[in-house]
Amino acid sequence: MNEYFRKYKNLMMLTVFIGATIIALIPLFGVLGYVVKNGLSALNLQFFVNLPKAMGLPGGGMANAIAGTLIMVLIASALGIPIGILAAIYLTEYDRHSWLSTGVRFATDVLTGIPSIIVGIVIYTAVVLRMGNFSALAGGLSLAVIMIPLIIRSTEEMLKLVSHSIREAGFALGISKAKTILKIVLPTAAKGIITGAMLAVARVAGETAPLLFTALGNQYWSRSLNEPTASLPVQIFQYATSPYKEWHQLAWAGSLVLILMVITLNLVARYAFRSRSI
Amino acid sequence: MGQTLSVRQLEAWYGSNKTLKGINMEVASNHVTAIIGPSGCGKSTFVRCINRMHETMPGTKVKGEIILDGKSIYDQDPVALRKMVGMVFQKPNPFPSMSIYENVVAGVRLNGMRNKQNLQGIAEKSLRMAALWDEVKDRLNYSGMSLSGGQQQRLCIARALAVEPSVLLMDEPASALDPIATTHIEELVRQLKEDYTILIVTHNMQQAARIADSTAFFLNGELVEHGATSEIFTNPNDKRTEDYITGRFG
Repeated sequence: MNEYFRKYKNLMMLTVFIGATIIALIPLFGVLGYVVKNGLSALNLQFFVNLPKAMGLPGGGMANAIAGTLIMVLIASALGIPIGILAAIYLTEYDRHSWLSTGVRFATDVLTGIPSIIVGIVIYTAVVLRMGNFSALAGGLSLAVIMIPLIIRSTEEMLKLVSHSIREAGFALGISKAKTILKIVLPTAAKGIITGAMLAVARVAGETAPLLFTALGNQYWSRSLNEPTASLPVQIFQYATSPYKEWHQLAWAGSLVLILMVITLNLVARYAFRSRSI
Repeated sequence: MGQTLSVRQLEAWYGSNKTLKGINMEVASNHVTAIIGPSGCGKSTFVRCINRMHETMPGTKVKGEIILDGKSIYDQDPVALRKMVGMVFQKPNPFPSMSIYENVVAGVRLNGMRNKQNLQGIAEKSLRMAALWDEVKDRLNYSGMSLSGGQQQRLCIARALAVEPSVLLMDEPASALDPIATTHIEELVRQLKEDYTILIVTHNMQQAARIADSTAFFLNGELVEHGATSEIFTNPNDKRTEDYITGRFG
């Protein structure tokens, strides 16, 4: 047991840790690299402006799927972000300890872990079957259901980071509780709340399973929100499982666009709002 | 002008723990009254009852009466009451999302004052009273968090003064500050009593002796003795007061 043995042991363990890290990075860069390699060659202007074309015709694109994904993510955000943030404000500021808030908190924890296909089936049964058709509304709704617990949790954590003494300082100035929350607590936590919301948006943008049952997919432009609507993930799924080589190419291009969208959202969330003033 | 306070048979609880056991006390206007006593004796709870902050914690209870300017504070709306009874906390707590200027006028602005000139006037006056104006007048738009601890505490005092209260409660306002910043705060307290009734909780008996006109000694939720500071420190009536100020316990 001398100094050399200790140094040798140190070196060995260090090698093991570095090795494990490299192995963990292989799938990440493997996936990224593979998608970029296959996707780039199929990506061109036509991909962004054209509709899918019949088998054999060149120049098909996924314009409708890109628009569909954007529309459904927008619907989901319009529903999910306000509901999630308002519910989190209620849970942290008004009712931290009752059975209701304990129940809601438990439910959000369970919901964040639930496989998204189950959300899809529930919306299919509750909305699609009742309305009689697949639609962007149902798709957006299912994405909102996945988003809400994520946003409640992240907003709650951010609000909890705001020190209680800040709230007391507001009350002690004769500022009402509502105004203290709205004008003092929320602005203090704003950057973190926005970051959490953007990460939730990025997360649902790539969801496939819930959209299969709700928005279904469409080879053409949808004329209203109440029609089956194409989305990138579903289109990728359909093209990738088809027997045609051209469609496989388009699926790769779609994957690349989807990944770029998610990465962009992630980067914006992480860097644009990095300096938290808490 | 400051207002007198009379406290009658005040009792307060945290859950089942009774922290104030029937306090009777008269607080003179335009005086500095120091509250001293060992940790856990109820001195913070006492001042937090005066602006009804004590009740904002879940599981708390209050009984008894506090009369401010002839009216019972428990008959008033707590939000309105807190405009008359300002408070400065142990740790400086400027609002992190606001600039120095916004911090000072937060109380009046969030209660509806929009006139920019009035607000600027209030900001300057309050910062001058808190002896901070000269240090910050060129950077009013900087974040309140950019100031040093002692400056932040004076900013919090300015913020409390901007609402124009008649009573100012200070809960160990200098305990988180260095000696020089503490001196600043103490000088400030001496000046402020011209316009305010001041209650200051302190752990530091020298500080009480330096700045307070009268001193109250709390022990285990009871008011043991309250009198002129010189009396309390040189010739206390109660044996427990003498033991405490001579350092035999606490």
